[in-house]
Amino acid sequence: MRNFWCLFVKEFRSYFNSPIAFVVITIFTVLSGYYFYNIFAGFSTLSFQAQTNPMLVKQYGALNVTESVIRPLIGTLSGVMLILLPMLTMRSFSEEKKTGTIELLLTYPVTDMEAIMGKFAGCMGIFAIMLALTFPSIILVEVFGDPEWGVIIAGYAGLFLMGAAFISLGIFMSTLTENQVVAAVLTFSCLLVFYIISYSAGLAGETIGRVLEYLSFNYHIRTFVKGVIDSSDLSYYLLFIIFFVFLSNRSLESKRWRG
Amino acid sequence: MINVENLTKTYGQARGINDISFNVAKGEIIGFLGPNGAGKTTTMRILTCFMPATSGKASVAGYDVFEDSLNVRRKIGYLPESVPLYTDMQVPVYLKFVAGLKGLPRKQINSRVGEMMEKVGLTHMAHKFVGELSKGYRQRVGLAQALINDPEVLILDEPTIGLDPRQIIEIRSLIRGLGGERTIILSSHILPEVSMLCERIIIIDEGRIKAMDTPDNLMSQLHSVARVQAKIAGPKDLVLEGLKKIGGVHSVDFKGSAASGTNSYTVEFVDGFDGAHLIPRLASEQKWDLYELTPAKMSLEDIFIKIVTDEEVHV
Ligand SMILES: Nc1ncnc2c1ncn2[C@@H]1O[C@H](COP(=O)(O)OP(=O)(O)OP(=O)(O)O)[C@@H](O)[C@H]1O
Ligand SMILES: [Mg+2]
Repeated sequence: MRNFWCLFVKEFRSYFNSPIAFVVITIFTVLSGYYFYNIFAGFSTLSFQAQTNPMLVKQYGALNVTESVIRPLIGTLSGVMLILLPMLTMRSFSEEKKTGTIELLLTYPVTDMEAIMGKFAGCMGIFAIMLALTFPSIILVEVFGDPEWGVIIAGYAGLFLMGAAFISLGIFMSTLTENQVVAAVLTFSCLLVFYIISYSAGLAGETIGRVLEYLSFNYHIRTFVKGVIDSSDLSYYLLFIIFFVFLSNRSLESKRWRG
Repeated sequence: MINVENLTKTYGQARGINDISFNVAKGEIIGFLGPNGAGKTTTMRILTCFMPATSGKASVAGYDVFEDSLNVRRKIGYLPESVPLYTDMQVPVYLKFVAGLKGLPRKQINSRVGEMMEKVGLTHMAHKFVGELSKGYRQRVGLAQALINDPEVLILDEPTIGLDPRQIIEIRSLIRGLGGERTIILSSHILPEVSMLCERIIIIDEGRIKAMDTPDNLMSQLHSVARVQAKIAGPKDLVLEGLKKIGGVHSVDFKGSAASGTNSYTVEFVDGFDGAHLIPRLASEQKWDLYELTPAKMSLEDIFIKIVTDEEVHV
């Protein structure tokens, strides 16, 4: 536990010793703020017009801030995460391999699992800051509208789990190569596959379609943004994370196997 | 303290080390000496559990490096050859991080880090990032991280390489001061350095142990003994006798005969005398045919010469 803590603190701090954390956090905040501004402004205009023109309400259905602002926002955030999180995870083990520091890390009395969880938690720390910086938008919605807090909380929980899943896969990829760019590209491609895999669900047969749908990130975030935390979605993300943490552990361990 | 039995490591097809065995007693300082690519780093990496051997056994402080790696790693301090440190951390922050991982009690960490920095002469570098330090100071940080938990076993891969002469002297005396309680393995290309620091020297070349002895014994062997291999056609007994009679010959060995009717002999001369030119003279006097006269294969001296040549480049 103590080792984990030392590694976590070191990892978290070292993100701020290079520009990477600032760049990723800034881009995430600016992109999400820009997107939020556009949908929120559009929504205000629409609701303003709706006050004078009741036909609009008929056309769009009831104007609902949760429906028209919060849900699209959460969907967009997950897309931005897809692009930015691989840039956080790419360095974790690749850099250690490239610079050789892994030789010291792995000869300290630290288990491979502690090393992995330290990196994982360090990344999660940065990711948590990224998510937290989108809260001002939510507060703005609360001030001007009346969003459903259930949806917000469930939606953010969904994003948090999804980010954790992205990070676990990213860390696994970085154990495979000493090249950070390769690690990032591999992570991004794999995540993209999981992201869009449900698109072909309609074409495949029923069982396979279900499986494909179950594997996709999109399918699982959908229930969260309905304000529901379903145990099947929860277990999807948790299994995903455990699977890739396990694979990372295997990948590090394999260096110690006789061969 | 350290037992190594028939350790072999191959990298794919390439040889790393081949059938290495040795023991190190508690408190002993031992030096690996050998030219580039000899297998010093490979052996150390196996002992520090960074990578597994292909075959053979090694144990440190009674724990097997393969089966019980975590316990081995608790006992050792390791300074890798390339001194890979986290360059984006400040020196004391880095050392505190290592102290934490090595399980020092929280309350002792600050004082221990201060103590170590003083010991290796880093106190005035406390505000610097590791990446800003010169090679020599990085080496000191590397040494400090290896020593921070006061380990029973120290494994130092070329601890003085890249240092200026004054730093070399300081680090050497630091290492010497560490001996006694601690078991130390260090590697070097520099013969005088290991003979000064170590109680025993292991000479490794091309993945094998070529010699293992105290510096004094090795030095006495080092006194140049010339040895040549001669291929001569002639009656074996007469040739043997003739060669032995040459002034200054210490011993003659018959090495075997070839189909062409020639026999091979190894002739060793006494200390400090090279009489190779006397062999052709003898052959022509006796009307034997001399086919070949070559220096004998890779003896300890040749390895020393390889090492010593290396050293002259350093100085
Ligand atoms: N990662 C590796 N992959 C393939 N071969 C390797 C690897 N590491 C070492 N070798 C080979 O193993 C042999 C021993 O190398 P090692 O690094 O142990 O030598 P060394 O004695 O430390 O040499 P030096 O004095 O140059 O540090 C060399 O022939 C080297 O080419
Ligand atoms: Mg080496």
